[in-house]
Amino acid sequence: MTTTYAVLSEGLEKHYGDVHALRGLDLAVAEGAVCGVLGPNGAGKSTAVRLLTTLTSPDAGSARVAGHDVVREAAAVRAAIGVTGQSTSIDGELSGRQNLRLFARLLRFRGPAGRTRADELLERFGLTEAADRPARTYSGGMRRRLDLAAGLLTRPQVLFLDEPTTGLDPHSRNQIWEAVRELAGRGTTVLLTTQYLEEADQLADDIVLIDRGRAAHRGTPAELKSLIGGYAEVVVAHESALRAAAAVLDRLTGAEPTLDHEHRTIGVVASDPTLTLPRIVRELDAAGVPVIDASLRPPTLDEAFLRLTGRGDVRAPKEPAA
Amino acid sequence: MSATTLVHEQNPAPVTGSLAADGPAMVGRHLQKIKAAPGVLVLTQTMPITMLLFFGYVFGSALAVPGQEYRSFLVPGLLAATAANGLMTGMFQAAQDCDRGVMDRFRTLPMSRAAVPLGSTVAEVLTTAVGMIPLMLVGLAAGWRIEGGPGAALGAYGLLLLFRFATSWAGYWLGLLIRNEEAAGQLGSATFILPLLSSAYIPTDNMPGWLRTVAEWNPISALASATRDLFGNAAPAAGAAWPVAHPVAGTLAWSAVLLAVFVPLTVRRYARGTD
Repeated sequence: MTTTYAVLSEGLEKHYGDVHALRGLDLAVAEGAVCGVLGPNGAGKSTAVRLLTTLTSPDAGSARVAGHDVVREAAAVRAAIGVTGQSTSIDGELSGRQNLRLFARLLRFRGPAGRTRADELLERFGLTEAADRPARTYSGGMRRRLDLAAGLLTRPQVLFLDEPTTGLDPHSRNQIWEAVRELAGRGTTVLLTTQYLEEADQLADDIVLIDRGRAAHRGTPAELKSLIGGYAEVVVAHESALRAAAAVLDRLTGAEPTLDHEHRTIGVVASDPTLTLPRIVRELDAAGVPVIDASLRPPTLDEAFLRLTGRGDVRAPKEPAA
Repeated sequence: MSATTLVHEQNPAPVTGSLAADGPAMVGRHLQKIKAAPGVLVLTQTMPITMLLFFGYVFGSALAVPGQEYRSFLVPGLLAATAANGLMTGMFQAAQDCDRGVMDRFRTLPMSRAAVPLGSTVAEVLTTAVGMIPLMLVGLAAGWRIEGGPGAALGAYGLLLLFRFATSWAGYWLGLLIRNEEAAGQLGSATFILPLLSSAYIPTDNMPGWLRTVAEWNPISALASATRDLFGNAAPAAGAAWPVAHPVAGTLAWSAVLLAVFVPLTVRRYARGTD
């Protein structure tokens, strides 16, 4: 059986003046999958979404969304997608309800169907109370939820979410995550960009790590995590115990620990996903190391990038002065 | 229940953009915005009324023409200047929608590519049709009169709205180029100079030759002269440039040129995207 791709791009390139936002991006998202496009600010995530949602056209390369070419069949692409995120917005002068009714009208809901659908979504996203206030008075989280609702009036074949939770409070973030999971569970293809490793891990079936306009790595969240692993940090009671602790951690992780004598702290990359914090503590305890604090945390996006791209500086290259 | 809410079950037939359906929806959007903040509309009408009182009574008293006569000359000019303001408001609307991201939302929808600018420019015409009434009422109180027939008066009104429509398209195109709300606002406030370089407030007869030529080829002059002519306030100036000497035909021609140039430019610019 051949896989049908809801999003397929080859060699996408886009530059703005001297700034190369995309340098040959290949993407393949299977129908019904949730693909997380992960990368730091300026990696090209939003440009990729703008190209795939017909907001701008590529300088080179091609892309198909829901089976339609994004340049030659842009109208068919628009009829098949929902878009939410950084580059699109709702009308701040209109109320939440007016916004959704307007978009419903543009999507050819007939008679009272648009009103009903708008009210359903307002209810679903906890916006009923604020429904008749101008959207410019909404909090960031409310705006983002309204924006997502606008993308879900019809049932899009492919939903694009461009950094849907950046800067949001945990409550709003959870509401959006919940909605994405529900949509994915019901077969909608989702392409999601994010700066948060955790978000990609929580939602995506596949992750594409993009760096400087190219896919630097792709795989499932589990594959990515096993590649990146975690970071274990142990604080001991006296400096003299550091050496013994280092020997244990070296044996457990196979990696060379870093010692910080001043803070009596020892850190090590733990790439084995089966290694747990209790086991680390037990082994240290068995070796007679006086542990006073220990942690095993997932790597930050910066650490993940460092490990997968071999490059510490994850920030985008500075734009040349115009 | 929540799952059925989130995912719309009746998967509708793919939408194809249609100007007949999308255009009225977009006009409705602008009218809703005005309804939500009617103060803006009142504020835009305050300016020409202030100018009528200021020019008509303060400057008018120092002009050679008697005050009463000048105010009859001034009211049609202010109406023409108001119509020309479509340039400023069209520009601001487009830049604001680009800046705030809602333009891109429309551009991801399967809409007609002409519906967004058409919605804005038609809404401009509708609000101007209502917005000119307070100015005319104050004008009547200040001594201005409709001295021609009702048909001609309606013609003047129609010409003013046509010109508003045409300048709104030109403004919209500029706004799509500027894309920045603040910059559009600043450039917009500079457009007040355009009616000053026309016969809107001052007759062109006594201007130095070169300035007179510039002023008479300013489309606002043709409209101001046509409005005066049709309201029966003043006949077209003798020996003026063609658009002013034949102001009704001149205004129609200017509007046609503006529309022929800026409608395609705007629609193409909108469809092509803004980056």
